[in-house]
Amino acid sequence: MPTVQDIEIRDSAARTAAAEEELRDVQGEKMVLNMGPSHPATHGVLRIVLELDGEVITKADPDVGYLHRGDEKIAENMTYTQFIPYTDRLDYLAPLANNVAYALAVEKLLGIHDKLPPRCQYIRVMCCELARISAHLLGLGAFAMDTGAITVFLLTFTEREKIYNLAEAASGARLTNSYTRIGGLMRDIPPTWCAQVKQFCDEFEVALAEVETLLTRNRIWVDRLRDVGVISKPMAIDYGLTGPNLRGSGVDWDLRKNQPYLCYQDLEFDIPIGSVGDCYDRYMVRQEEMRQSVRILRQCLQKIPGGWTNDVKEPVSVADGKITLPSKQKVLSSMEELIHQFMLVTEGVNCPPGEIYFGHENPKGELGFYINSRGGGTPYRMKIRGPSFINLSILGELLPGCMISDVPVVLGSLDFVMGESDR
Amino acid sequence: MTALETANQIKAKFGDLVSEPVEFRGEISVTSAEAGKIFDICSFAKKQLGFDFLVDITSVDNYGTDPRWTVIYHLRNTKTATELRLKTDVSEEKSELPSVLPVWRTANWHEREIYDLMGIRFTGHPDLRRILMWEGYPYHPLRKDFPLAGKPTDLPGVAFTKVTPMEGGPFVTVAGGKDAIDREPRVRTPENAEPAISDKRLIGGKLK
Repeated sequence: MPTVQDIEIRDSAARTAAAEEELRDVQGEKMVLNMGPSHPATHGVLRIVLELDGEVITKADPDVGYLHRGDEKIAENMTYTQFIPYTDRLDYLAPLANNVAYALAVEKLLGIHDKLPPRCQYIRVMCCELARISAHLLGLGAFAMDTGAITVFLLTFTEREKIYNLAEAASGARLTNSYTRIGGLMRDIPPTWCAQVKQFCDEFEVALAEVETLLTRNRIWVDRLRDVGVISKPMAIDYGLTGPNLRGSGVDWDLRKNQPYLCYQDLEFDIPIGSVGDCYDRYMVRQEEMRQSVRILRQCLQKIPGGWTNDVKEPVSVADGKITLPSKQKVLSSMEELIHQFMLVTEGVNCPPGEIYFGHENPKGELGFYINSRGGGTPYRMKIRGPSFINLSILGELLPGCMISDVPVVLGSLDFVMGESDR
Repeated sequence: MTALETANQIKAKFGDLVSEPVEFRGEISVTSAEAGKIFDICSFAKKQLGFDFLVDITSVDNYGTDPRWTVIYHLRNTKTATELRLKTDVSEEKSELPSVLPVWRTANWHEREIYDLMGIRFTGHPDLRRILMWEGYPYHPLRKDFPLAGKPTDLPGVAFTKVTPMEGGPFVTVAGGKDAIDREPRVRTPENAEPAISDKRLIGGKLK
């Protein structure tokens, strides 16, 4: 049966040429695909404008900012202590680590970051490592789910639930903890907390081993991750990647080792690094980091000054009435403490003029605070270096050449949080 | 090489262009007097002094003083863990300095963010457009003269600068236009509604 074309073009040679021309048109046509901002694999409100040639990505333009709340502007208009709850909402998968990072930055400005009571340092380290495990568990669970392995998500969320319980026991809140204060902690940990952490460590190691058996040598998982989204060592440094993404590319850089803060130099742990820099390496680095975090937690449980129950009443905040709030008992009975409390609440901690930058090894990378102070209780300018923001900037170079089915894998392996990226 | 030594090397190379190093809380800062030279200083710091990692670029609005802007670079040498802060002042009339994108590619998004929130332009940046605020937004919100509560913008539909793909078609609602129910030709309103069967019975007395 003759087609329409047969009738229009009677010459068979011209007909073949026209068919080829038509085919070339189809092949040469690029399609623009808008992925996100509400797409389950973009982990929040990331939007990527992909230019596709068939299934191969030829251009990728990440578009961030859908969760921009102006945190830096807000910080300029309140006291240092009032900003602590906002740090919970940066990387909302690891609020405890954000609290510690922010408190350490302000303490560096005050010049008291190396005078913190030892018990406070140990509790802060434990909070950071619990937050790291929690963030990696969510990253891994969502990563595996995007790749089709839903079981892992259920396993990791069961363990995260226990960390939420621990955070609740320590701070009273499950998600937005605001556990630290400038110069210390909101309160000491409850007497049963350390035993709960120990129990968590024991149970978690079993669960992590189970996750390993599900993924690490799983044929589908390996096929989809290996040699996908390769970031070379120079490229990782050039793009300013930090955290597991940098270490996955084989750069031996961890702020806990290279610029130790808190009591990290007293603790033994290893820094895992990758060799190829593909998605599988980044997965393996996170797996090992969780194991090292458990190792740190166990050492903290052994070494924590004051012991598990703190019968000797080791302090958890610096004993300086001009930095931390005095006890209510003293405020109500003594004039000096009343004045301190009044000044701290109304005007905030009086910081010296100057500028500091403090980088903290957060689960996602280096969370940095640059504080420009002109004296008084409010920062003149505060810049938050969100690691996810910088880690995402590599997408424009990383995605072209990948298949479209690699996008969830690459995004999952970069493990970002938009709350921190958009600030 | 400590941070102070690297700062002194920059001072030796560029002379009076850069200030004496300032130390605060163990951090070394040097200030470049001329913003136009920041590219040269940065490429010198990377090539000769080994600052291979750009941690951050940020900006401060010194509102009410001249020069109004300070742009701050945090450099790091990942081999020796040395850090250095590089600062330069930019006047409000100029509001422009060279991009360091050719030195570190991570500068791309940092510079876009500063342009977006503070309104400082970077010459030589290949793709200087807004990043956190949307395309077409008229203000720079991190400036000190921008109020915390924000400003009302009198540009309607400013978020939609391009035509919607199927605009004009039956399934697209345009801001300020008719909504989906008004556009629906088969909609039943009291005026055009045919009486329901039960009503017809009542009107005609018998079923048609």
